[in-house]
Amino acid sequence: MTSAAPARPASPPAPPARRAGFGHVLLSEWTKIRSVRSTVWSLILLVVLTLGITILITAITSAQWNKIGAASQTQIRLDPTNGILGAGLQFGQLTIIVLGVLLITSEYSTGVIRASLLAVPRRLPMLAAKGLVFAAITLVLGEIVMFASFFIGAAILHSHVPVSLSSPNVTRAVVGGGLYLAVLGLFALSIGALVRHTAGAITGVIAFVIVAEPLSSLIPGPWGDHIHDYLPTVAGRLVIQTARTSHQVLSAWQGFGVFCLWTAALFVAAAILLMRRDA
Amino acid sequence: MIEARDLTKRFGPKVAVDHLSFTVEPGRVTGFLGPNGAGKSTTMRLVLGLDLPQGGTATINGRRYRDLPSPLRTVGALLEARAVHTGRSAFNHLLFLAQTQGLPRRRVQEVIDLVGLTTVAGKRAGGFSLGMSQRLGIAAALLGDPQVLVLDEPVNGLDPEGILWIRNLMKALAAEGRTVFVSSHLMNEMAVTADHLIVIGRGRLIADCSTQEFIARSAEQSVLVRTPDPDRLAAAITAAGGNVKVADENADPGGPVAGGATALGVTGLPAARIGELAAAASVVLHELTPRVGSLEEAFMELTADSVEYGQPGQPGQPGQPGQPAVAGQAAGPAAAGSAPGGQDR
Repeated sequence: MTSAAPARPASPPAPPARRAGFGHVLLSEWTKIRSVRSTVWSLILLVVLTLGITILITAITSAQWNKIGAASQTQIRLDPTNGILGAGLQFGQLTIIVLGVLLITSEYSTGVIRASLLAVPRRLPMLAAKGLVFAAITLVLGEIVMFASFFIGAAILHSHVPVSLSSPNVTRAVVGGGLYLAVLGLFALSIGALVRHTAGAITGVIAFVIVAEPLSSLIPGPWGDHIHDYLPTVAGRLVIQTARTSHQVLSAWQGFGVFCLWTAALFVAAAILLMRRDA
Repeated sequence: MIEARDLTKRFGPKVAVDHLSFTVEPGRVTGFLGPNGAGKSTTMRLVLGLDLPQGGTATINGRRYRDLPSPLRTVGALLEARAVHTGRSAFNHLLFLAQTQGLPRRRVQEVIDLVGLTTVAGKRAGGFSLGMSQRLGIAAALLGDPQVLVLDEPVNGLDPEGILWIRNLMKALAAEGRTVFVSSHLMNEMAVTADHLIVIGRGRLIADCSTQEFIARSAEQSVLVRTPDPDRLAAAITAAGGNVKVADENADPGGPVAGGATALGVTGLPAARIGELAAAASVVLHELTPRVGSLEEAFMELTADSVEYGQPGQPGQPGQPGQPAVAGQAAGPAAAGSAPGGQDR
C-alpha cells in the first residue's frame, strides 16, 4: 500500500521536548469523552429521565391532589422542592453512575488504558484530568437539568403548593442537586478506577445507592439514623432538602460534605492503586 | 537506546522475567525472540513502565520511561493491536494521544496517511479488521516521530503485503538511526528483518548476538541417511568419528519409507564421507541427504529447554534443563546435545 517511507514526512523540526502540561492532558480527556457515542447518549438519557420523571410525578400529584390524603399533602407542603426534584434525581443519577464507571472501565476492557498510560506515564494527571473534565460536564448539565426540573415541576404544582426560588433554602436545594450529580460522577469514576471491571463497579455503586439506603433505614433508633445519614449518597442528597426531618442527624451542607469526603477518600485510593498496579 | 539491567518480574509464584539484562542499540533492527510465554511482552511492558519490576531497571536513552518529559516523542510502542475503544474513530484515537504531547492535529493526519488508513480514519475502530487495527497501532507508535520503537509482534494478523510493508518500514526506521526493538515468536520472520537478535526463554537470556552469528553458531549441519542396515552403518560412522541418532520417521517430510529402511541423522561427517563409509562396509543406502539447519531449527533447539507451553522434551531432548547458554555462546550445550536432522519439524 504505502511505501516504507520514513516516519517523518513534513513533520515539524521536533519542538524542544518539554514536559507535556496538564492542559494538554485535560484537552486529551475532553477529546476522549466527546468522541464516544455512549457519553452523548448517557447525557441525553440523564436529561430525558430526570425531566420525564419530574413531569410525571408532579403531574400525577397535581391531578390526584384531593385523593392523595392529608399526610402526603402535608409532606409535600413541608418540602415541595424535594417533592419536585427527588424522584427525577433518583432515576437520573443512574445514568451518571453508569457513565462515570464506564469512563474508566471501558479503557481497561478495550486496552486503551495502555495507550493512555504510555502517553501519560505518571498516571495521576490522566485520572485527575478525567475527573475534572467529567465533573465539569456533569456540573453544567446537572445544574441545567435541576433548574429545568424545578421550574417545570413548580409550575405544575403551583395551584396546590406555590414554591419559588425565593422560598427558604430552595435555591440552595436546586443548586445542590447539580452539585450532587457532579460529585456522584466522581464517586462512580473512583469506584470504576478501583474495580477496573464494568459490571463489578456498576454493581458496587448501585449497591450503595439502591441497596444500602433502604437497608440502613430498617435499623431502628439513633444508630440507624446515623448509619443512614452517613451513607454517601444519602448524605449527599440531604442538600436538596429544604426542611429538616426529625430523624435527620446531619444538616444539608454537612451531608454534602460527608458525601464529598467519601468521594475524596475513594479517589485517593483509586489514585494510589493506579500508581502501584500493573496496567 | 534501550537498556535492561537485571530486570525481574514475578506474577505470584511464576517468574516471568528472570534477571534479564540486554542493550538495544540504535541504527539496527533488534529482534526479540522467544517461545510463547517466554516473557517477551512482559519485558516490553517493563521497559515501557506499564508493569513495575520487582528488581532491576529499564531505561530508554538513559531515563526510566516514566521520567521521559514527552514520552510519545521519544518512544513509539505497539503492544496489542486491538487497544482501541470500539466506539471511537481511528482519527479521534490518535487525536487524544497527540493532544497529550501537544502534537498538532495535522500530525495525526500525516500518520494516518502514512499507514494507509486515510479512507477509514473517520470510521469506528470497532469495525476494523485485525490488519487495520495493526496499522492503527503502528500509526500511534509513529505519532511523535520517536527515536525508539518498541513493537510487540507487529506482523500478527497482517496479510503478505502488510508484512512486507512493516518489514520495510522497520528497516527504513533503523536506517534513519532509530532504535527498533521488535518481538516475534517466528524465527523466520526475524531472519529476514532483524540485524541483531536477543533470544529469551522462561524469562532468561539465551542469546544476544547478530543474526548472522546466530545462524552460523546454531545451525548444525547434518546428513539424513536411510538404510535397511542401520546397525552396521552406525558402527562404521561412529568408528570414523561421526555421531548417529535415529531420526523420527513421522516428523520427516521425506515421504513413505521404503521397506524396512531406518532413517538416521548423522552429524560430524560430510555426506560424501558417509557414502564412502557405506560403500566400504557394503551397506545399502536408500537416501543420503545433506541438510542445512534452518534458523527455525536453531531457534527451537536453543529454546527447547525453556518452552513454557508444549510437550516436554519433544524437540531435541532437553539435556541440562535450567542451564541457559550464556550470551555469546549461543550454540552452547543445547545445540550440541541434540540431533537437528529431521527431528525438529
